[in-house]
Formats: sequence, structure tokens, C-alpha cells
Amino acid sequence: MFVELNNLLNTTPDTAEQGKLTLLCDAKTDGSFLVHHFLSFYLKANCKVCFVALIQSFSHYSIVGQKLGVSLTMARERGQLVFLEGLKSAVDIVFQAQKEPHPLQFLREANAGNLKPLFEFVREALKPVDSGEAQWTYPVLLVDDLSVLLSLGMGAVAVLDFIHYCRATVCWELKGNMVVLVHDSGDAEDEENDILLNGLSHQSHLILRAEGLATGFCRDVHGQLRILWRRPSQPTVHRDQSFTYQYKIQDKSVSFFAKGMSPAVL
Amino acid sequence: MAAVATCGSVAASTGSAVATASKSNVTSFQRRGPRASGTNDSGPRLVSIAGTRPSVRNGQLLVSTGLPALDQLLGGGLAVGTVLLIEEDKYNIYSPLLFKYFLAEGTVSGHTLLVASAKEDPANILQELPAPLLDDKCKKEFDEDVYDHKTPESNIKMRIAWRYQLLPKMEQIGPVSSSRFGHYYDASKRMPQELIEASNWHGFFLPEKISSTVKVEPCSLTPGYTKLLQFIQNIIYEEGFDGSNPQKKQRNILRIGIQNLGSPLWGDDICCAENGGNSHSLTKFLYVLRGLLRTSLSACIITMPTHLIQNKAIIARVTTLSDIVVGLESFIGSERETNPLYKDYHGLIHIRQIPRLNNLICDESDVKDLAFKLKRKLFTIEWVQDNYLRQERNIYPPGFSYLLKQKDSAWGEGSLQHSTFLMSFLAKATAFASRLVRHSEPLKQNGSGRIRQAAGPRLWHDGRRQEAPGLLGIPP
Repeated sequence: MFVELNNLLNTTPDTAEQGKLTLLCDAKTDGSFLVHHFLSFYLKANCKVCFVALIQSFSHYSIVGQKLGVSLTMARERGQLVFLEGLKSAVDIVFQAQKEPHPLQFLREANAGNLKPLFEFVREALKPVDSGEAQWTYPVLLVDDLSVLLSLGMGAVAVLDFIHYCRATVCWELKGNMVVLVHDSGDAEDEENDILLNGLSHQSHLILRAEGLATGFCRDVHGQLRILWRRPSQPTVHRDQSFTYQYKIQDKSVSFFAKGMSPAVL
Repeated sequence: MAAVATCGSVAASTGSAVATASKSNVTSFQRRGPRASGTNDSGPRLVSIAGTRPSVRNGQLLVSTGLPALDQLLGGGLAVGTVLLIEEDKYNIYSPLLFKYFLAEGTVSGHTLLVASAKEDPANILQELPAPLLDDKCKKEFDEDVYDHKTPESNIKMRIAWRYQLLPKMEQIGPVSSSRFGHYYDASKRMPQELIEASNWHGFFLPEKISSTVKVEPCSLTPGYTKLLQFIQNIIYEEGFDGSNPQKKQRNILRIGIQNLGSPLWGDDICCAENGGNSHSLTKFLYVLRGLLRTSLSACIITMPTHLIQNKAIIARVTTLSDIVVGLESFIGSERETNPLYKDYHGLIHIRQIPRLNNLICDESDVKDLAFKLKRKLFTIEWVQDNYLRQERNIYPPGFSYLLKQKDSAWGEGSLQHSTFLMSFLAKATAFASRLVRHSEPLKQNGSGRIRQAAGPRLWHDGRRQEAPGLLGIPP
């Protein structure tokens, strides 16, 4: 959890809004630091987190999480974190015949199916346990990242359907939050990715867009973050608020500053 | 992967938590927990594998790519468990060289090799590996028995520095000379036959394997890719690189090399048609390969003819699914061949992507304009601006080019100081240079009788100290 980013977003782990879909987007740079931020943020907020990690292994998130002050292994042991490791499951699915349906079993199928098993997995993981006392505050679904599903043969419409079902269950029914990461391919003309990105941009309440600098590589400023608040359900009485900051990623934190106000220049 | 714990107590607290959560005791990207071994000290005993070293940034295990210059640009080497994707140059002349350097480094370090190709028989590829440049002392030790498992007796109790006794001891397999990290190779000579025969290698030649009638599970990959994945998974499991085989205790690295992946010879049509039927085959293959690598002690090099892929979206997806992406651009046939700026070089090398593994930051090199040249013996990578600076010294003041040449200087290309200086300097320089053009008002003279000269290419040519405009200018 980056304290400076919390200040920019005007949230703390105790006072976060519920029922929101946050879209993380990166263009020409790596936006994974935002995923680490939200993962540690919601674990500190005592939420039940379901993390669909398709692109990196568990130990990667675990080691970075330790730098940010959360222990993923402890969270998994006490049931706060449900972790679906895409890479390990892919190896199991492709090389061994599975008896029970697996959330990622579309990897075995030749035709692009739908993501219903994955949605069933998410719903099962986040459904409230009837133990009387409420142990966790609210459920959170984290997906890193959705563009990989397109690379694995899913159509953009299937992925949008999956997000729609998840939003209905997690955000509306269970009053939880969702955070998804999508890559923006920019000028690579990836039509499926553009459909996915545009569709999600219209549905989300908060868009965090990490972009590389237009002038190229810089050692002191790693990129630019655009924050866009939206109210998709209400007609736009207020204009959508948008802020832009530049950032530099350090070993354990990220420092944000206004455009052109990097400490290296001042 | 094995992380070198520099402090025994830190490893004990993190290692035990991680060790209980995992089933296998060898997994990449995992810190090794303390093992109960019969020694006096309580710290963990770590075994170092020949030809690897831990990264300075986060203790990840790195292997050399075979080119020490490339290792430096990639932040120390290729991390175990990752994929190095080489985008081939147009006529496929230099990418096989990088491929062979990688395999040669594996042979010299004693790693197991897995070579997959659809074009050449892997045995022929191995015959053409470049010879290592070992100095005489190392060569003599190399002729002796390489797999000398005698561990040094190191139970001497320390008297004065007794605290250091608690630090982990390193066992080394093999003589020290062959476990050096990164060797130089002579591209004009072949690797000696005895080295090739001493190495443990597996070959996958597609025309041989595709004809066998082993039942293949359908999963929408082209048959070539499916067979290759099964072959790789078989080797990893049989030889114990993922730690799941109870009979095999493997303490070595598997180096996988796949040549010309994505070309029509593999049965894939992404190089032929824009929206073929198999457009997801390659990306699915890369995803499953990534999963295999992350859970085993292996490193992979893939060369891919990306300039032939018709659909640009696939190249973007392939880049996302690979860890390190290096692009080669040779000057053959392009107009740069006759450009005097590049006359010493054979091509440009672009480091397109470096991964952030177990970390928020990555070791990105500041130097972006890199060129390579293949001299008779060595393949070198240099910063092309060195050549540029030599020729264009007239534009930069001599003090500035001195600052640029410093190692790790804050004024290097890409730093804010550099860009700010250039912008203000060039703005002032053009403002002064415009005084050479006849305007309506004459050149102003100050009272001392000395005309402030205009800035231009001639200003610093003869090395005499002249007044320089811009930031170095003396205020009137």
C-alpha cells in the first residue's frame, strides 16, 4: 500500500467505498505496481480477497507484499486470501487429465468457450460464510491481468460477460469491490483488447492509467499516472474528475509529484 | 529459485513460513528455508550451482547468456525461470549466434541442454558452438575431472570473528574455474569435441518427432507446439528439475533453446496470414512454457522471426508473455550500411523489455542506443553514442562530452539534467547563431572592445577557451 497513492485517491483502508469497480490500465509501461498496491490495501482493510493471478507466480506477489507490509502466506492460511495461480494451474491442466472441472479448463478446449467455470470459482470463493460473526469486512476480487485471457483464446465478449457476472455478484449483491488490470496496446492495433478496454472503461468507477512518458525513457520519472473518477450509473451531472501525476518507483514505495515537479529537477 | 541469505536469522523467519506453504522444496522464486543438517552452525546451508550467481538486487539466481556485455545490460544475467526472447534480424544471421552463445555457456558451465529446432538437427547445432576462450590455467583444470564432489572441510571454529560462523557456508560443485559466471567465446573456432560429448543434452527435431504416433491431447495448439511442450515437461519431470520426482535430486540448471519459434516450419501460420486459424497457438504455448519454467530450475532462450508476423497485436501479446525481449536489427541491406556513423558496427540491438521479478523496480540500463559488431573473434555490444560523440564533438562543448563519458554520470542520455541542459543550450545557441544573419540592427559591442562571438560549430574547434553561451555564459 503506497501512502502517497492513498492520499491522491483520498482513501484509507478503513474508509474505502464499497461496490466499486476499479480499472487499472497501462500503456507502454508496467502497471503492476498498482496491483501490488491494491492487494496490500485490501488485505490491510481486512477484506476477503480473491486474487486471480494469471501472469506471475505466488512467490512474486508474496515477496513484493512483504516489502509493502502484508504477508500473503499468512493471509492464505487464515482464509483471508483465495489465490488462483494461473501459471501453475495451466501446467496441471494441460499435462494431466483433470477429473473435476477446473476454473481454467478452457485451456484444454479447442474452441473458445466461456469463462463460466472461472466465475463459479470466484463466486464460491467470495460467498459469505455463515459463521455468525462477520470476520471480514467485504469481499474483493482482483484480476491480474485480463489481457492474458485474450492471448489464451478467449474472445473479448466472453471476458466482458465474465466481468459483468462478477460485477453483479461481487459489487452489487455482496457489496464488495473489484480491481482488474488491462494492458493498453496503443498502436499495436489489437482490436479485441480495444473492445475489452473500452467496454470496461464505461463500466468502471475509477480508472488508473499508468503511461510511459511521451518523451521516452527517464531515470528519475518512471511514468505518468492518470486518475479518472466516473459515475457510470448516474447521468453526468458533474464532470468526471481527472488528475495527472508523475511517479517514480522506489524499492518499497512509489513517490508521486505534479507534472514537471520531480525532485531531480527542482 | 535459490536466494542467497546473507543473514541466517532473516532466512529462518521467512523461510520457515514459505517452506510450510509449499509442497515441493525446489521452486523458482522461493527463498530456501533452513534445512536440518548435521553441522555445528545453525544457519542454512546453501548449495551454489556452477555457472550461476545471485543477483545483487534481490538475490535471485541468474545464469549468464553467454555474452558478458549482454548480461550487464540485462541487470546481471538471465534469471532462472524466465524466458529470453530474441527478435531475429531480417536475414537471420546474428540471432543464431546469440542462440549458440547461450548453449555454449551451458556446455561450459555443465548445465543440461535442451535444443529444439524445426530447421536444423540439434546435433548439428551443437557441433557448431563457438569455442570458449579459457586462459591456460583454467584450461588445465578443465581437463581434469569436472564433477569433483569433494566438499571442503570447513568446520574450523573461528575464534575472533565468531559471529561470522553463523553465516551460511557455500558448497561448490566442481572446480572454481568452470563455475565462473560468463565466458568469452571465439566465434571463428568450434567447441572441442570432448566438451560437447561431456555435456548432457536433449534434442527435439520437429520432423522426427511429428511423425511418431504418440497420442496427443487436443488443446488447440498446433501439433508441433504440443509435442514440444510435452517433451520439455517430460525432461523436466524425469530429470528432476522441478523437484517433484522423489528419485531424482537435481542440482543443475536446464537450458532450453528453441529456434525460429513461430515460423511456418513449426506448422504455425502467423507469419503467412494475418488472421489465421491458429492465431492463439503461439501465445498459449508461451503461457504454458512460462508456467513450466516458473516451477523448475530452467532458463529458456527463444528466437522468433517477429518481422514476419503479419498481425502486430500478436507481437504485443508475445512481448507481454515473455520476460526479457531483445531485438536485433542488422544493417545489411538498409541505408544505414553506408552511414558513416555506423561504419564500425553490424547492427543495432534493442533491449525492449526487462522484467520486474519479485520487485517493484527493475535494473533498466540507462544506455539506449546500442550497437553490436561481430569482429573476427568476439561479439561486442557498444553504446553507439561514443562514435557519435567522437564525430560530433563540435556541437557539444568539451566539458560536456567529458561529463557524458563518465561511467554512471548524472549527465548521461535520458537524465533530466542532460535534457534540460541541451534544451537551454540549444535554445541559446540558435539565438546567438542567428546573429550571423544580417538583421536590421548591428551586432552590439560592449565597452571593453571585445566582441562577444556568436555560437556556432567553429567556437570550440581549436580548443581555445572561448566564451560559451547558455548556462556557461558569464553574465554581463
